[in-house]
Amino acid sequence: MTVDKERLDRMIIAMRVARELPPGGYVNLGIGIPTLVSMFVADDSVVFYHSESGVLNCGPLAEDGNEDIDLINAGGQFLQPVPGMAYFSSVDAFAMIRGGHVDATVLGAHQVSATGDLANWMLPERGVGNIGGAMDLAAGADRVIVAMEHNDRQGNPKVVQECDFPLTGKGCVSLVVTDVAVLEPTPAGMVLREVAPGWTADEVQSVTGARLIIGDDVKEYEV
Amino acid sequence: MAFSKVYESAAAAVSDVRDGATLLIGGTASDDAPAELLAAVLAGGVRGLTGICDFARWDGADGLIELIRAGRVARLVSSNPFPGDDGGDVRRLWESGDLEIELVPQGTLAERLRAGGAGIGGVFVPVGIGTRFAQGKETKVINGTECVLESPLRADVALLRAAAADTMGNLTYRGVQRGWNHTMAASARLTIVQADRVEEAGNIDPELVITPGIFVNRVVQSVMIDGMGG
Repeated sequence: MTVDKERLDRMIIAMRVARELPPGGYVNLGIGIPTLVSMFVADDSVVFYHSESGVLNCGPLAEDGNEDIDLINAGGQFLQPVPGMAYFSSVDAFAMIRGGHVDATVLGAHQVSATGDLANWMLPERGVGNIGGAMDLAAGADRVIVAMEHNDRQGNPKVVQECDFPLTGKGCVSLVVTDVAVLEPTPAGMVLREVAPGWTADEVQSVTGARLIIGDDVKEYEV
Repeated sequence: MAFSKVYESAAAAVSDVRDGATLLIGGTASDDAPAELLAAVLAGGVRGLTGICDFARWDGADGLIELIRAGRVARLVSSNPFPGDDGGDVRRLWESGDLEIELVPQGTLAERLRAGGAGIGGVFVPVGIGTRFAQGKETKVINGTECVLESPLRADVALLRAAAADTMGNLTYRGVQRGWNHTMAASARLTIVQADRVEEAGNIDPELVITPGIFVNRVVQSVMIDGMGG
């Protein structure tokens, strides 16, 4: 079944995720929608960004002409030098992640299961994938927030009962923010927390592969 | 003549790299590979190499990718081996069976290298549990967390970059050079560094040395300095 209602755009997803970042916390943003999240962190909310390339307190991207090959984030994007930056080895970069010092990470996903399993490193149809630091982040960050479209380009649900794509981590996802809903994986199953404006819980269920637990307190998605 | 680890050229520094050698290659996703050392290895004609690195998908022409394209690399141990969405040349060689690939989560790669360099027999990490990355490996519940045993990694040769090296092999870095270059320095029998700047001993403040010279065997002054600090 398809629902012909308007979905939220990537910017709105990023805006909604930004509200989840802990003030004063250390945060690692993945590639794609997660990268957009930093644009929406309130000015009075200080958040420190960590990158696996070995830099803390990453700021904005470098402007054209000011690229420095020795100042990049994990996605290979050039960074501006900003006051308060710190550089460190790859061992330390992952001690921060694996050791539970990173408060939250925002990652994209191909699939998330009802109990919070994450598949985000390889599409089987593509046959190859790079694992990068995704698996370390999934295992080590205090909160793993997934920001993604609710359905893939063919309309297949990405929120599923069980992942059939290769896993990045088991039971690691804390919250899922999509273009139609905010969902919370739990050991009992996927709980629907919020719906996009104009959407009903049943409509969200109809485009979702997991059986949703729908309480009385489902709210409209606020940004 | 005073003691010095400085070699006259990249070619001289890598001249005894042999067929079948295992190479660590520093750098990340950008054009920050030790390009001059890699070019010298390519020119040296060795083959059957194993490459260990974070990213093999250098966009530039002068990273490990040139050795891979030239068919000199038989095995790749990497977190990000495949360029682009489709895997490019690396995928073609992998599918034809000419290139073996071991995909390793990035933090596990770092910790395996650290273990190799520090003489530790392996590390238990909570990464990859319940996934194909833990299949066939020993697991153990430690303080309530299930972990998988990962083996140490050690190489014959490390090819690295640094911002400055002194004649004793002490290194400092700029920016994210520190990431993999410092992590790998201890993990090879022969560590060769392409430095943006080569200094006399004493010109690098001992308080500021990041990689102590005991981990560094050879130093080469970079000919083409791309870094903005050069």
